[in-house]
Amino acid sequence: MRRWLVALPVTVFFVLVGFFIWRLVLMEHGDTPNIIPSVMINKPAPQFDLPPVVLDKPGLKLADLKGHVTLVNFFASWCIPCREEHPLLRGLGEKVRLVGIVYKDRPEQARAYLERLGDPYQAIGIINANLDSRDPQSQVGIDFGVTGVPESFLVDKQGVIRFKQIGPFTPEDINKKLLPLVAELSK
Amino acid sequence: MIPETGHFALILALFVAVVQATVPMIGASRGDRAWMDLSRPAAVAQFLLIAIAFGALVTCYVTSDFSVLNVAQNSHTDKPMFYKVSGVWANHEGSMLLWVFILSLYGMGVAAAGGNLPPALRARALAVQAMISVGFILFILLTSNPFARLDPAPFNGNGMNPLLQDPGLAFHPPMLYLGYVGFSMAFSFAIAALIEGRVDAAWARWVRPWSLLAWCSLTLGIGLGSWWAYYTLGWGGWWYWDPVENASFMPWLAGTALLHSSIVVEKRDTLKAWTILLAIVTFSLSLLGTFLVRSGVLTSVHSFASDPARGVFVLALLVVVTGGSLTLFTFRAASLKGGGLFAPISREGSLLLNNVLMSTGAGTVLLGTLYPLFTDALNLGKVSVGAPFFNSVFLPLMVPMVMTMAIGPMMQWKRGDLAGALSRLKVAFVLALAVAVATWLLAGGSASPLWAAGGLGLAAWLFVGTAVEWAERVRLGRCSFGEFLQRCGHLPRSAYGMTITHAGLAVVIVGITGSTAWKTEQIQVMHPGDTVNVAGYQVTLDGTQDNVPGPNYTALRATFTARKDGRLIAVMHPEKRQYTMPPRPTTDAAIHTNLIGDLYAVIGDPDGTGGFVTRLYYNPLVPWIFIGALIMVGGGLVSLTDRRYRVGAPLRTARAAAAAARA
Repeated sequence: MRRWLVALPVTVFFVLVGFFIWRLVLMEHGDTPNIIPSVMINKPAPQFDLPPVVLDKPGLKLADLKGHVTLVNFFASWCIPCREEHPLLRGLGEKVRLVGIVYKDRPEQARAYLERLGDPYQAIGIINANLDSRDPQSQVGIDFGVTGVPESFLVDKQGVIRFKQIGPFTPEDINKKLLPLVAELSK
Repeated sequence: MIPETGHFALILALFVAVVQATVPMIGASRGDRAWMDLSRPAAVAQFLLIAIAFGALVTCYVTSDFSVLNVAQNSHTDKPMFYKVSGVWANHEGSMLLWVFILSLYGMGVAAAGGNLPPALRARALAVQAMISVGFILFILLTSNPFARLDPAPFNGNGMNPLLQDPGLAFHPPMLYLGYVGFSMAFSFAIAALIEGRVDAAWARWVRPWSLLAWCSLTLGIGLGSWWAYYTLGWGGWWYWDPVENASFMPWLAGTALLHSSIVVEKRDTLKAWTILLAIVTFSLSLLGTFLVRSGVLTSVHSFASDPARGVFVLALLVVVTGGSLTLFTFRAASLKGGGLFAPISREGSLLLNNVLMSTGAGTVLLGTLYPLFTDALNLGKVSVGAPFFNSVFLPLMVPMVMTMAIGPMMQWKRGDLAGALSRLKVAFVLALAVAVATWLLAGGSASPLWAAGGLGLAAWLFVGTAVEWAERVRLGRCSFGEFLQRCGHLPRSAYGMTITHAGLAVVIVGITGSTAWKTEQIQVMHPGDTVNVAGYQVTLDGTQDNVPGPNYTALRATFTARKDGRLIAVMHPEKRQYTMPPRPTTDAAIHTNLIGDLYAVIGDPDGTGGFVTRLYYNPLVPWIFIGALIMVGGGLVSLTDRRYRVGAPLRTARAAAAAARA
């Protein structure tokens, strides 16, 4: 028993070394550990129900995503890259059903943002900035795995997330990745 | 000429280290005094040679000698002199040279101050120390030569990452290395003891000052790094559970356990194998940290030049040092028989509990750090492990630890009286409960997180419990004032050290709890004249000024005024800096502190319509984290001046003399 116990540290150590060697060998072949795909890909979109932010448009809940291929775009009025992405979204609204989620923002600021830049969304829900982090509304961002804004999720007809864009879309992203996928999923 | 001199000195140091690693070791096993004593001049020579190498590199940086590749890649003539010097260790090659420089500094310290050490132990410890030197000097010479020349020399250098051009970060690496490398001393003594097959109270006493010095440096280094992250990165946080932070935190946890278990070896002559194992593990975790940071096997927000070829070398070093020492441990541990027996409820028992919790803590941090690697290797998917894991696994381990921290020092050695200790801590219990209830009520009853009340209560328990223990030892209020003063004077400095350090941790806990529970954050676009409410402060963006010149950057500087109920509290100037070389932006947060909380302002990008993205935070009690860390370091330093280290350890010599007299 005791002999086994004193040999434990060295055993654990060499098991660790095995893992390190495996990783280093992979890195020699150019595989770095820095790319972490979203765990939400090919998973059903999480349950959520967010209040509206613009007067004549409904809020957004999970049930709204079913039946259509939908692009869910997280944005905020305080986010400068969102502003850069915005003109592209206006064009995109004609090619895919586009809905928005205002991320950690105040309703009046979000409304001013949309009035100034235009509103391409069919429905918009809001995660209010003034809420406690344990509020179910604040949890929506965490459930989606949002790491920052802008981020966009392409959800298929069954409500399964098929694609995630981290950061603003570029015209190339839209034409080469997003639109072909939308066409395929719409079949 | 200067870089070649440095390079040559480093090569000479390698040869000296080879001699120091072998001759004294052979001498110790043969009992040849002359061979053993070679370790001392060798350690001094090694230090001097590495100092010449290090000095040469510093000279290259100070004089901006861009014919040296390392200087050209990392320095620039526009840099203020202070950052030209700190730039020496703000890159991979230079920081490795600093590493071996500090290693040799400790080696010389043992050679110079270790006059009372038994010659064989000293010879073996210095030989082990030199083996580590050989490994790292080879690493520098073969894979990371800082003296490589560049021809033709460029007109100017690439400059240094502006994030690192900061006073806090200038001292962060040296303090951290003093800590990491300092634990190599405990390691070398542990290996020497394993070879000798003897660990006793005298051994523990010789090792203790070195581990204590390393612990103080590491605590200060981690504190500086955290403080830097807090005030420069502009996200209002001070700890991210990033692999690189964990790499420094794991040796700290293991080192703290080592400090406590070595007390048991010193006072009670038991827990020997465990203490030796901790000494090995602590230094191994330092090496593991070096490996994780430099090889790029983990994803981290810190970007160090990661290079698989270097990773292979450090891994090989790790296998030799840790694998070798743990194997030696496996075969020799059984020979380290413990002396004193003790009941579970005793001073030893509480120190052992501390050890178990500390090592489990280090283990969970290790698991969390390496988990993404494990799942990837076992094909369970790519994941990243963040704060939620560490908060939910690590913090629950620390709660019982802090609880026992107040009780442990009240216990007697061998067999303690738990009921008695608890009854003496009644005051602490009542006050802790009062603090917890008051926190809960003041923070708005049910709405406030209950754990925050628990956290502050725990801090009060530790602080008052520690104070009660001190008061009992000096019989505060139970004897005449004269006797009290006399007792204060006679109380050993190590006892003061414990009291101060434990109280410092209580202060840190207050800071961690407060900043986590009640932090508020407001992100928005503000136009000049706009006012935002943050935690009861009205913060107005008065205006911004573009193109404010700095020594090697231009800044966008904002002016915020913070008011509370109409009264002016502070004028704050956060900046967004654009460095010229390398051309990179940094944020410079403006912090107004009143020691209870920090008002923290960051200015971001313009939105094109005259507004700016601003981030305003109120971070309650954050200053307590850094003040507490400083108090802990202070406590460690007080303990370091204890009389028993100054007069040395006569124990083993006395025993040897007695044995000689009998013979």
